[in-house]
Amino acid sequence: MEILVCVKRVPDTSENEIEINAEGNDIERDDLVYSINEPDNYAVEEALRMVERAGGIVTVATVGGEDDEEVLRREMAMGAKQAALLSDESFDGSDARGIATVLKGFVQKGKYDLVLTGVQAEDGGAQVGGMLAAMLDYPFASLVTGIEALDGRKLKITREIEGGNKEIYEIDLPCVLSIQTGINEPRYVGMRGIRQVASVPISALGAADLGVEDGAVGAAAARVKRLDYFVPPAGKGAEMLSGGRAEIIDRLIELLKARGGLQ
Amino acid sequence: MESIAEANYWFLSGRVLFLILHLLGVACFAYIVARRLAPLVRAQSDFRFDRPCARLGKVLQFWLAQWRHPRYRTAGILHILIFAGFLILFSRAMSLLWLGVSDAAATPWFSGSAGRIYDIIRDYATTIVFLCMIAAAARRLFFRPARYGKNGTADAIFLLALIAILMAADSLFEGTAAAAHTRQGQPPEFLAALSMPWLVKHALAAAPLPALANLHWSAYLLHEVTFFFLLCYRPFGIQFHVETSLFSIYFAKLDRGTVKPVRWGVSGQRLDQLPSFGVKTFEDFTWKHMLDFYSCADCGRCSDQCPARAVGRPLSPRMLTIKARDYCFTHYPVLGASRNGRPLIGGIYSEDEIWSCTTCGACEAECPLLIEYIDKIVDLRRGLVDAGRVPQSLQKPLKALESRGNPYGKVAKKRGDWAKGCGVRVLDGKPDADTLYFVDSITSYDERIQAIGQATAKILHHTGENFGILGAVEKDSGHEARRFGEELLFLALRDHNAKAIRSAGVRRVVTADPHAFNALRHDYGDVPPVEHISQVLARESKAGRIRFHPVDDSRDVYTYHDPCYLGRHNQVFDEPREVLDAIPGLRRVEMSRSRDRSFCCGGGGLALFYESKEEERMGVQRVRMAAEAGANVMVTACPFCMVNIEDAIKVAGMEGKMTVIDLAELADRQLARGSPAGI
Repeated sequence: MEILVCVKRVPDTSENEIEINAEGNDIERDDLVYSINEPDNYAVEEALRMVERAGGIVTVATVGGEDDEEVLRREMAMGAKQAALLSDESFDGSDARGIATVLKGFVQKGKYDLVLTGVQAEDGGAQVGGMLAAMLDYPFASLVTGIEALDGRKLKITREIEGGNKEIYEIDLPCVLSIQTGINEPRYVGMRGIRQVASVPISALGAADLGVEDGAVGAAAARVKRLDYFVPPAGKGAEMLSGGRAEIIDRLIELLKARGGLQ
Repeated sequence: MESIAEANYWFLSGRVLFLILHLLGVACFAYIVARRLAPLVRAQSDFRFDRPCARLGKVLQFWLAQWRHPRYRTAGILHILIFAGFLILFSRAMSLLWLGVSDAAATPWFSGSAGRIYDIIRDYATTIVFLCMIAAAARRLFFRPARYGKNGTADAIFLLALIAILMAADSLFEGTAAAAHTRQGQPPEFLAALSMPWLVKHALAAAPLPALANLHWSAYLLHEVTFFFLLCYRPFGIQFHVETSLFSIYFAKLDRGTVKPVRWGVSGQRLDQLPSFGVKTFEDFTWKHMLDFYSCADCGRCSDQCPARAVGRPLSPRMLTIKARDYCFTHYPVLGASRNGRPLIGGIYSEDEIWSCTTCGACEAECPLLIEYIDKIVDLRRGLVDAGRVPQSLQKPLKALESRGNPYGKVAKKRGDWAKGCGVRVLDGKPDADTLYFVDSITSYDERIQAIGQATAKILHHTGENFGILGAVEKDSGHEARRFGEELLFLALRDHNAKAIRSAGVRRVVTADPHAFNALRHDYGDVPPVEHISQVLARESKAGRIRFHPVDDSRDVYTYHDPCYLGRHNQVFDEPREVLDAIPGLRRVEMSRSRDRSFCCGGGGLALFYESKEEERMGVQRVRMAAEAGANVMVTACPFCMVNIEDAIKVAGMEGKMTVIDLAELADRQLARGSPAGI
């Protein structure tokens, strides 16, 4: 099975103290540490497990610049055999539809049985996967928490819905799935693994290679534009429970039940 | 009465029978040992051939003098007696072998009075070993110390019985000869009074000569058969340590606090090219580590001391060895072909088992045979890291170490912020400071622990030290990165820090973090000498350059908790206690587990991130031990101990009854300022 996983390099939310820049329209990016978008990492792990079981190869692709190559290398260190950097000045400022257009170009260049994305980018809006599927006219399922190959070109997939219940679907290949975190436990990528793939060539493909027309991507083609970026003001803070231990526990259980944390 | 060689055994002369028996026995033993050596030949290299004098010293101390045995008094004394008996009886066993095939004196060097003295000693040795077998069997059967576990009792009793039979047969052999000689009117042989041969002689004084002769010859046959059976049976179980312990101890690890290289002879740069990393299959162990598996006597002292075991984590150092030995025995059988290459993790070990170790070293401090555990755990972790099998809870901090230089993912430029307001200089390459205070990550970033850093800085100011910190340039020492198997990450951190330390141009380094202390001292190399703040305090206090106020509340009872990487791994036991004792009015008690038997608080560095399956926290048990000792203030000298013990006090519900303070904080609090500080 040939699997393509679309990945993205994002500011690592767990390792950064996000601050707004002086203009107030973006975050301060100078001191940021970037890493692979976490749901994408789960998608790559799931793809690797599928090819470990059934054979095939995993390809990772990202839309971005030279800096974004590091996440491709990290995923190659995990076990992805091929990587592609989809890079062109004309892609800059694309909205989700633009990114999906670029990815569509790449998908059509290969013969992928399955395309995976993370459920959403940590700095994004969970749009690209669905748009990509629509543009390719592939079936699409989101929030996938389990994949099982069936006979014929079909998959059985599990989706977790609100409240913890699960739905099981059958879906035809080729398809696009957006992968939810928790589907697996991604393997660790150590320094050694990264160094071993440090000099593996990664192909860079531009607009012309992908057959992407100028007017279809980039800032000019974007139909959704960011106006502002702000950190919401802190709320009134924690509610401190007081009283005896038993009282506190009772009150806590009550609160958890009221907010759906306990059934 | 004919000699053994001339006696008739059924249709064979003794000479022929025993020649065959002895040659067969020796050949069998040689074959079995050769098969046992087979995996060692396939094992990884291990450089253990240096410093012969130091190694001989270890042999004298830990093998010949049985140094660690009395730590468990009853079992230890029994073992010392048996061991001494075996040493004495070695010569006797050799001369008995000789007797079977020759009438000539077996041990000409033991003739005359030297021989008579030896004979008396060995009569008693035989008797004592026999009695020890009975005592040991009684312990196994009736007292059943918990550390022996449930399995293995039958095997132990069987082995004890074999040795007892050897001793009884020898005594019977000698006693019957003496009785026969007396009956024949020959000059009576001198047998040590009340020894077993003496008892046999007196018991059989009235027996007829032919019966004595038959008993004499039968006793010899029994002795020889048992001797060779035991010799060939030992390599199948715990008794193999009789043969291997000498080598295990000679080749034991000499450098405390260090971790073995990934592969001996493969340096940092070439590590990238290794096809595999760490221990994944049995053959990835080094030959010395395999030898350890053979040498383990299954005494259970390691697991008895292991804090992971004590709190119900899925780790028992004893089982780590026993499972590997069993694997070895089934996959490298004495008869049949070897089957190798099966993965160990998921086979005999679980991932949780390998991550459960805090590398506290309690097991290694206890093992009478100097068996190594930490290096094996680290090697197994290297294998897991290489295969990407790292618990999710550890992946984040490891990645943060790589991208940010600290496990918390905090920005580097804020690393020195704790020191603002303490007048601490950041060394920026101008070689004008004598001392570098290496802070390390937890003290730099953890709000509670920053107080330890500030106290350390104040102490250094007070002693007039010209010192500074590396500030944003400092990265994590990498101590736990290495011990959690991420060697290349450690090497990157080490190279960065070592370069920064060298370019700071200081003459020495001080730290208040025992993990950083151990890393700088043992893992780094080529950095100026390192001191822990407790050593600085002890030295300055002894020299009278610092003095302390009396404690405010003389009702408080203090106890000192030895951090593993200050105490066991670096032998700094006395200095922190000297500092405490220099504080006027401070009442100090010792916990029953202290110094090199200290009980780990739960582990430092990355161990703080690992959530093990356990019944209880190590820290909670430790806090209870402090309470049992009658203390209400625990003093420690390690930031990680502080985190663990503070948590444990809350978990144990002992807030208000127990407090914990770092030695640096306590010293800073009690410092008599304005006193002559020597500046």
